Amino acid sequence: MPSVLQLAVQTLLAVLLAPVLFGVIRRTKAFFAGRTGAPLWQPYFDLVKLLRKRTVLSSTSTWVFLAGPVALAAAALLGVALMPLGPGAAPVAFGGDAVLFVYALALGRFVLALSALDTGSSFEGLGASREVSFAALAEPALFFGFLALARLSGSFSLSGMLDRPLLVRWPDGGPAVALIAAGWFLVLLAENSRVPFDDPSTHLELTMIHEVMILDHSGPALGLVLWASMLKFLLFAALLVRLLLPVGESDAAVYAAGLVVGLLLVALAVGVVESSLARLRLVRVPQLLVSACLLCAFAFLLAARS
Amino acid sequence: MRLDLVLGATALMAASGLPALLGGRVATRASAVLQVVAAGLGGAGAAGALFAAAPPAALALPWRLAVFEVGFRLDGLAALFLVPIFLVAGLGAIYAEETWPAAARGRGAGRLRFFYGLTAAAMALVVVAADGVALLVAWEAMAIGAYFLVVADDREEAVREAGWIYLAATHAGTLCLFGLFALLRGATGSFELAPLPAGLAGGGFGAAIFLLTVAGFGVKAGIMPLHVWLPGAHSAAPSHVSAVMSGVLIKIGVYGIIRVLFLVPDPPPWWGGALLAIGAVSGVLGVAFALGQHDLKRLLAYHSVENIGIIVLGVGLALVGRAAGEPVWVALGLGGALLHVVNHALFKSLLFFGAGAVAHATGTRDLERLGGLGKTMPRTAALFLVGAVAISGLPPLNGFVSEWLLYLGFFGAVQSESAAGLGAALMAPLLALIGALALACFVKAFGIVFLGSPRAVLTARPHDPGAAMLAPMAVLALLCAAIGLAPQTIVPALERAVAAAVPGAAGAPPALAEIGRVGVLSAVALGFLAALAAFGLWLSARTRGAPRAVTWDCGYHAPSPRMQSSGSSFAATLLGTFRWALRPVEQGQPVRGTFPVRASFHSRVPDTVLDRFLLPVLRRLARLTLYARYLQQGRLQVYLLYVAVTLLVLLALV
Repeated sequence: MPSVLQLAVQTLLAVLLAPVLFGVIRRTKAFFAGRTGAPLWQPYFDLVKLLRKRTVLSSTSTWVFLAGPVALAAAALLGVALMPLGPGAAPVAFGGDAVLFVYALALGRFVLALSALDTGSSFEGLGASREVSFAALAEPALFFGFLALARLSGSFSLSGMLDRPLLVRWPDGGPAVALIAAGWFLVLLAENSRVPFDDPSTHLELTMIHEVMILDHSGPALGLVLWASMLKFLLFAALLVRLLLPVGESDAAVYAAGLVVGLLLVALAVGVVESSLARLRLVRVPQLLVSACLLCAFAFLLAARS
Repeated sequence: MRLDLVLGATALMAASGLPALLGGRVATRASAVLQVVAAGLGGAGAAGALFAAAPPAALALPWRLAVFEVGFRLDGLAALFLVPIFLVAGLGAIYAEETWPAAARGRGAGRLRFFYGLTAAAMALVVVAADGVALLVAWEAMAIGAYFLVVADDREEAVREAGWIYLAATHAGTLCLFGLFALLRGATGSFELAPLPAGLAGGGFGAAIFLLTVAGFGVKAGIMPLHVWLPGAHSAAPSHVSAVMSGVLIKIGVYGIIRVLFLVPDPPPWWGGALLAIGAVSGVLGVAFALGQHDLKRLLAYHSVENIGIIVLGVGLALVGRAAGEPVWVALGLGGALLHVVNHALFKSLLFFGAGAVAHATGTRDLERLGGLGKTMPRTAALFLVGAVAISGLPPLNGFVSEWLLYLGFFGAVQSESAAGLGAALMAPLLALIGALALACFVKAFGIVFLGSPRAVLTARPHDPGAAMLAPMAVLALLCAAIGLAPQTIVPALERAVAAAVPGAAGAPPALAEIGRVGVLSAVALGFLAALAAFGLWLSARTRGAPRAVTWDCGYHAPSPRMQSSGSSFAATLLGTFRWALRPVEQGQPVRGTFPVRASFHSRVPDTVLDRFLLPVLRRLARLTLYARYLQQGRLQVYLLYVAVTLLVLLALV
């Protein structure tokens, strides 16, 4: 079966490629800060180190504590299977797979938030609360975007919605796609806990979201969370790239080059945002997420008119 | 044949409580056994009608009640509702043997058994009723029986008050139903629930039919502004009764809405739009109110409002589709709604059984006093977690499948050129919001109750309940997983129910199996489980024998359980977003000065409709009616004067 082969190749590539995006972000930030920065493959070393280290468990925790990283990693893998990374359709594509994509990641979030609460730590409780609260505002933005794309493309599968280069057909779908891209870029920043929603490199636990949830995870458990976060970033970046990439099915080599360059550009953009913006106050975060929703809602209106 | 089986089981269920009325342990146990047997027989009959392709069976009783004929009918739609009724009622009957044993509760247990059987039988009868009279009689028996179930623990003031509100609300609904069936009889000349002739639905008559249906059945279903009785009654009732009420009794209201509204062959477009709006309000605000609750059972009760909202969204989409002549929207909307009816019966009963086990073991339902039960009640925790994942609509369990069908419907509607279709499609982001809020609420419910460490010293030492309480939960959890992993097994039953619900549709309704290709979901879910198992085995092998240390609390040296997130602090961010609707009551002293002496904070979320609007208005009304007392002098002469004046007025008028 070609799709099984495709699934294996795509998963392998995603797993290998994902950490380098984090390296690009770090390198960009280092550049802006006037430092040399760690090598691009530092995230690989981090992962290997974590997977080899011993873990320490909190005496308060139960099996739920370890279930969090496991569910997050499995959900990220499922997301990879549903994402059309290659030139054609995704290895697993069917009408309504976009819902499964969002809900699988939601399952990962659900169990990870529970594993944070399992430690009984006040800080990790704060992180879990923020993570699920902000995600509740980010998901409608994703779905408004899906609605607009479904209307423009006539399909309700990720592969179908992201299939044709809509951006180049400017008068028809271009403006809507541009709005969706802007809204989804905000969703990418929020879902992956980047500045201005969250600061992954701060040292103040009180202000963090994602990082504070995993304070107690160590060794392989932390490695699994980190790996899944990298995959998740890759997935959201790929969503944007497939939305904007104007090559389509023309030529496999051109397509592959476009995809890789696009992914690197998204990572670069995130690095630039992180270097030039401060983290928002937590009370402001919902407002920015509502703006993302509205951008995608306007895209839906444009699509509905056409 | 199957109808006979169902009716026989219903009769047995109705009579099952009689031995328990005698009192005593043996008699109550005999009633429990009768109820389980009746549930098994009825469930088998209904499942047979649902899964085996058979023509709908009907039975018109040979005797006539005054001028009315009383008839019963078993079709796909009725069977789809009957299966959860008998399943949950049977499991609840087993569960009650441990939570409400005759040994501890005395005659109260016998009385509860009696009304339990009566209510379950009445629910089944409502669903198989073929005409308005039979439906109303069964409906009223169900409503009254449920009242006695709610007030089982009538020594408590709060329970009596909740029962009273329920009784008032349900009769307001019944009044609407009387009006509805009178109107229908006026139009068709019979009480039979048969398709209406085309052309009736326009204008004032159609509007009256729609509003009376939605108000009358909607009170029971608990749609948003009419839900006032629901949170109080669900938290006051014994847990197995809450499971039956939330799992199946409120669905009888949904049944009524579907049955009556789809009798109209040409519904005006605004019907579907109105239902979509009602569903949206119930869904979003139901879950928002749930987030603000501290009482575990009250929290679950508000989630019933939310899930009814999701179901009504599906019914609304189907009605929009019927008005627009789009059979695919009808199939997906109604199919998703009906599957969610079944799913909600499974996971909500499971959650109420779990909440009952927690309350049974700890003596409290207050989230702020619970915590860490996952270590002392591991089995209950695992089963509750299954219910929590399912109700949050997450894969690979059943809640995801029904929401996914609804999403398919909304995304089908977005391709339409009509404003109705585009408006319906807007419900997709809303459903995403509802799902994400439900997820947040169940992270709170499960995390605060079962994880971390205990927040208060409880008198009872918590422990897992016995087999009579755990086994029903395990059955429900398995069914949740089965529908989630193999949804294609239930799809033929759904198609049969949709076909029965939409009488007179041109041609066969489009097959859900072909639109949805639910088999793919099954394969994906299995692959996902395999990935989970692989990662889980690897991580548990890598962390075996890992050293234990105290939770890292950022350098603080004396962590205490009171420093954990509480239920209210966990929900604070989202409650802030919904402050305009929830209007939480907050009391306490903020932290002041460099060396604060004392600070406290307390918040609660009263029901905006009931506590802030309905009760004040009704109290004022009650005070106004005091003036009527002047008429009641208590003297015979005065009353004779009234009679004389009345007669004179009548004589003058007639």
